[in-house]
Amino acid sequence: MSATLVAPPAAETLAEPIIELRGVSKRFSKTLDFAGRLAKRLGANLREEVVHAVDGVDLTIRKGEVVGLVGESGCGKSTLGRMVAGIMPPSDGTILWRGRDLRSLNAAEARNAKLRTQMIFQDPYASLNPRLKVQEIVGEAPLFHGMAKRSEIGTYVDEQLRRAGLDPSLKARYPHQFSGGQRQRIGIARALAVQPEFLVCDEAVAALDVSIQAQILNLFMKLRRELDLTYLFISHDLGVVEHLSDRVVIMYLGRVVEEAPAEEVFRHPNHPYTKALLAEVPRIEARKRAFAGVKGEIPSPLNPPSGCHFHPRCPFAFDRCRVERPALKQVGPGHRSACHLNDAA
Amino acid sequence: MSAPTLEVRNLKTHFFTRGGVVKAVDDVSFTVEAGKVLGLVGESGSGKTVTGFSILGLVDPPGRIAGGQILFKGRDLATLPEAEMRGLRGNRIAMIFQDPMMTLNPVLRIDTQMIETVQAHAKVSREEARQRARDALGQVGIPSPDERLKSYPHQFSGGMRQRVAIAIALLHKPDVIVADEPTTALDVTIQGQILAEAQKLCAQFGTALVWITHDLSVVAGLADDIAVMYAGKVVESGPVAQVLDAPLHPYTLGLIGSVPSRNHRGEPLRQIPGMTPSLLNLPAGCAFRSRCPRAEPGCAEPPPFAEYRPGQHARCIHPHQEAVAA
Ligand SMILES: Nc1ncnc2c1ncn2[C@@H]1O[C@H](COP(=O)(O)OP(=O)(O)OP(=O)(O)O)[C@@H](O)[C@H]1O
Ligand SMILES: Nc1ncnc2c1ncn2[C@@H]1O[C@H](COP(=O)(O)OP(=O)(O)OP(=O)(O)O)[C@@H](O)[C@H]1O
Ligand code: SF4
Ligand code: SF4
Ligand SMILES: [Mg+2]
Ligand SMILES: [Mg+2]
Repeated sequence: MSATLVAPPAAETLAEPIIELRGVSKRFSKTLDFAGRLAKRLGANLREEVVHAVDGVDLTIRKGEVVGLVGESGCGKSTLGRMVAGIMPPSDGTILWRGRDLRSLNAAEARNAKLRTQMIFQDPYASLNPRLKVQEIVGEAPLFHGMAKRSEIGTYVDEQLRRAGLDPSLKARYPHQFSGGQRQRIGIARALAVQPEFLVCDEAVAALDVSIQAQILNLFMKLRRELDLTYLFISHDLGVVEHLSDRVVIMYLGRVVEEAPAEEVFRHPNHPYTKALLAEVPRIEARKRAFAGVKGEIPSPLNPPSGCHFHPRCPFAFDRCRVERPALKQVGPGHRSACHLNDAA
Repeated sequence: MSAPTLEVRNLKTHFFTRGGVVKAVDDVSFTVEAGKVLGLVGESGSGKTVTGFSILGLVDPPGRIAGGQILFKGRDLATLPEAEMRGLRGNRIAMIFQDPMMTLNPVLRIDTQMIETVQAHAKVSREEARQRARDALGQVGIPSPDERLKSYPHQFSGGMRQRVAIAIALLHKPDVIVADEPTTALDVTIQGQILAEAQKLCAQFGTALVWITHDLSVVAGLADDIAVMYAGKVVESGPVAQVLDAPLHPYTLGLIGSVPSRNHRGEPLRQIPGMTPSLLNLPAGCAFRSRCPRAEPGCAEPPPFAEYRPGQHARCIHPHQEAVAA
């Protein structure tokens, strides 16, 4: 059974890329608030601070793959996800949609690329218009884009709801009349309604109870099979990512530090940060274990450590780590890691 | 045998709202010995926080304790006058909240807050109080505590703030700490640090710790005993290894089964059908009935909370008696 769900590795290498990121960065300038601007005008020595939310990321996602993106709070997962979904332009670098630079597409092509990629968010409530009925939420976009005729929209919406596991007889209700899990299903039905081929799920199950989370994860896997969907699955929950990803990408402070097939990452992690992260994941199989924690705090992205961002917390750090950014290098088949230790070996 | 540090017996905490009586906690029992950790688990709305608040005497109207006992070293807190409760709260019994800002005052320096807390229950000089505050910060692994004492809460990261809140809970080396999802909002590497502190604490001071969480995996590694709540009731309790390896209650089994690592990679996760019913509209008899694969006509009667194996209780008339590979 699992064979039909997990794409065989051979297919992965053959499939065409849906999206490719080359040296993509995103900077936000933390603009000064009013008091700050005033102080600056009066001669105070204040700088606008710049956050390198995403810092020089290369990433390829191929058709039919599920790529899991993990990392701690503030490391840039959502920002990367938004750029992949085409709803936020990068500050630097190139994003290729099916081999073509997003910036080179004409208006119609760009609209199509955007429709083909849909994003599903953590908080379904915040992303659903509370004044619209479910049928309007789900039917609005397909009607607008001519994917369904006005006369057929009722049946069209029913089909999307059914596919997302919701009873179509509830479609005249408003979002607040649903539970958290049901609202997430509404968000999924809305995304499916525009016939996407690529879903970017940003912490899509983080707010749900485990029993409901299992239902939604199963739905994602079923849709993948039925609709041949590709996923970028952003989550801080390594258990969830391990379960459904083919490939896992690990970020730390704006950079990709390791990338490999899922089983490989969990069995043979290479990067010291990945190892530390995996060691701290609570496991239901563990009994009265001793917790330790990775020493130190997660540094501020406003002022990241020099060289390898992980060096202040890394037990193996040496001089070079403090000055030179390690490049993401091949360490095994489909396995890349950014750590200077790999050069020494 | 001396009385256990904390024994909750058939606790009921109800909210008398306009829409009806919300039985948020409706028959909860568990025991925590000195130096032991009880994991109180359950899904959203199952009554974990209200249970914690009841122990601390923090339930406000329209809610009140409607029955049962909360025995602290044999003394019933459920009927204790507020004046006496105030003497215990923050002193012998402390709480750590999910949001550390429930403990911390944003406009006061950390030292001011901690010294106040010390002096609220101990007649000591300001200098002595500062020393205790300093020691408590050191205990939870905060580097350069002297400098940190002079900071305001907003100058700390989320994980640091939570450690300060824990340090405040520790100031009087309480006999009982109720920790309500203190690591849920934190990253795993920081969560690991805090769980390590919690373990040290129980061992060092013999604190009885109630650790509230919806994450079974945290409880698996941290707790000695576990109590699983569903719709206001404890539906199963017992030693961690027994409950997780050989659950009696179909809900416990379902919860364990839906944890991704308990499933084969890429295969559909086992899931519990349906959703949690509203507390205002529970099915008669066993509240899990509408979702339970083992339900039978007898389940329309409220099932008793019975001891099926030594130390392991379940609220089910048709429990899994043999160990099931969850
Ligand atoms: N619109 C914005 N303006 C300014 N800074 C931003 C903006 N969006 C994100 N950032 C900053 O960029 C960094 C990365 O944020 P991002 O939301 O991508 O992280 P994340 O990995 O998704 O974190 P989380 O797990 O908490 O969701 C953070 O420091 C954040 O404060
Ligand atoms: N002041 C109140 N008035 C009415 N009902 C309340 C009140 N406080 C809590 N409840 C109800 O009591 C029930 C239990 O709530 P509680 O906060 O204890 O759940 P919980 O298990 O801690 O959930 P979570 O995991 O979401 O924190 C919920 O149904 C809640 O709506
Ligand atoms: S490059 Fe250096 S500091 Fe960074 S992870 Fe490798 S050993 Fe540690
Ligand atoms: S009492 Fe009946 S319905 Fe309730 S959990 Fe047991 S078997 Fe299921
Ligand atoms: Mg995010
Ligand atoms: Mg709660």
